[in-house]
Amino acid sequence: MSIKVRIPSPLRNYTQGADVVEVAGTTVGEVLNGLKDKASGIETRLFKGPNQLNRFVNVYLNDEDIRFLKNLETPVKAGDELSIIPAIAGGKDF
Amino acid sequence: MSYVIGLKCKECGHRVPVSPVHVCQACFGPYEVEYDYAAMKGKVTRESIAAGPKSLWRYKDFLPVAEPKTGFFSGFTPFRKAVRLGKELGCSDLWIKDDSCNYPTYSYKERVVSVAISKAIEFGFDTVGCASTGNLANSTAAHAAMAGLRCYVMIPHDLEQGKVLGSLIFGPTMVRIRGTYDDVNRLCTEIADKYGWAIVNVNLRPYYTEGAKTYGFEIAEQFGWRLPQHTVVPTAGGTILPKIYKAYREFIELGLVEDNGPKIYSAQAAGCNPVVKAIHKGIDIIEPQKPNTIAKSIAIGNPADGYYVWHAVKDSGGWGESATDPEIVAAIKLLARTEGIWTEPAGGTTLAVAMKLIQQGRIPKNESIVVSITGNGLKTLEAVQNDLVQPEAIEAKISEFDELLARQGSQNLSEAKAADRASRKPVSVI
Repeated sequence: MSIKVRIPSPLRNYTQGADVVEVAGTTVGEVLNGLKDKASGIETRLFKGPNQLNRFVNVYLNDEDIRFLKNLETPVKAGDELSIIPAIAGGKDF
Repeated sequence: MSYVIGLKCKECGHRVPVSPVHVCQACFGPYEVEYDYAAMKGKVTRESIAAGPKSLWRYKDFLPVAEPKTGFFSGFTPFRKAVRLGKELGCSDLWIKDDSCNYPTYSYKERVVSVAISKAIEFGFDTVGCASTGNLANSTAAHAAMAGLRCYVMIPHDLEQGKVLGSLIFGPTMVRIRGTYDDVNRLCTEIADKYGWAIVNVNLRPYYTEGAKTYGFEIAEQFGWRLPQHTVVPTAGGTILPKIYKAYREFIELGLVEDNGPKIYSAQAAGCNPVVKAIHKGIDIIEPQKPNTIAKSIAIGNPADGYYVWHAVKDSGGWGESATDPEIVAAIKLLARTEGIWTEPAGGTTLAVAMKLIQQGRIPKNESIVVSITGNGLKTLEAVQNDLVQPEAIEAKISEFDELLARQGSQNLSEAKAADRASRKPVSVI
């Protein structure tokens, strides 16, 4: 089963410009790890170490931050969509 | 002349020329503007700054803008000794930096927006926008109107009316998003990507955030070219606190002020305190939260610059605390009653937290303390409307007035005693 992964523009040089890549997997971690087969080198941008995302990478399953779910262990099913979003903040800001 | 060298990634040090990018291509970390401090030494002086305009642009040498395009009347807000509030709290050297009257939309956001919009024009954008909890939307819409730019402001759907109308009046396209600020911010990241607009706090973020330094520069200059020992600052997305600290460090670096080891403290609402929790835990991993507080302008559960807040606080030897909604409202009223300043819940949070830190003994009562007031209470009527008693109406007759005064006289006396007791009661620590 493969699900759609949305790629932000700073990472599209790894996907030949594609903004969506389909990857197989049963958990968020499996899907993100599987990305490297289709986008070689992207894993060094996403992961700091095995199963540890870089600090500035936020991942959303459908509309929810995976840190509110089970992080990389979160199960995925057909029709789900993963989004990779650079962590930047704003508003007040303070 | 400009002392900007270029952009440098805060994480991996990767450098790129000045351009509308915000995320490091190498590591996804945020870019920050790099300056040639060596060239500034001896050229940027107290005198050269004091000779500048009475606006945030007097610090232009520390900002990444070739030519200011807006914000000519923004910044340089009052910095006042809070004598009556200080008396209530037992503090002898308490100060307020008051951006509740910052021009033209009454919040600290004028500082960041003035820099970001000047930069947007420099880059050739004709459309600007923002993800906002209200104040930023007000400011972006007003400055865009002044500069004649198209403007899109994206906000959470449930903001205070003052903040909604306070943007709409300037004629931007406003988009209300069903979700929290964090959802709005995430959408704006995708909008900036897709439409190529200048979203001031997204793709112009490295420039935007630099504007926040002017709050710290002003404190230092207005305090007589010295630094307060303790500065309490609200934290939402995490822009202003690290930038005040950076402003202090830059002035120290250039020899404009003495390094007295200024400590910085983070204030958050108890209903949204991811950074304060991380400070208390002693671990620099900010766990995101779902906000639930009346302090909507600082209700950001996933502050990406929270990591930098954590480090500025720790590096300076400061601390962080949070305040409950009732404590926030009580602090808003206390500031109004003692100093004649009406701030929004973010300011109430900052004062309530300052009071806690003083009570805990973390901030000594006899040292210099600055409470950072960053927004105006007139925009957030909802926060206090249930806490203030609407006065009864009378006929325009002196006899009715006399009766009212007599009735209130006895009432006011007992209320005053109760208020006096309440104000002396220690604030509970969470």
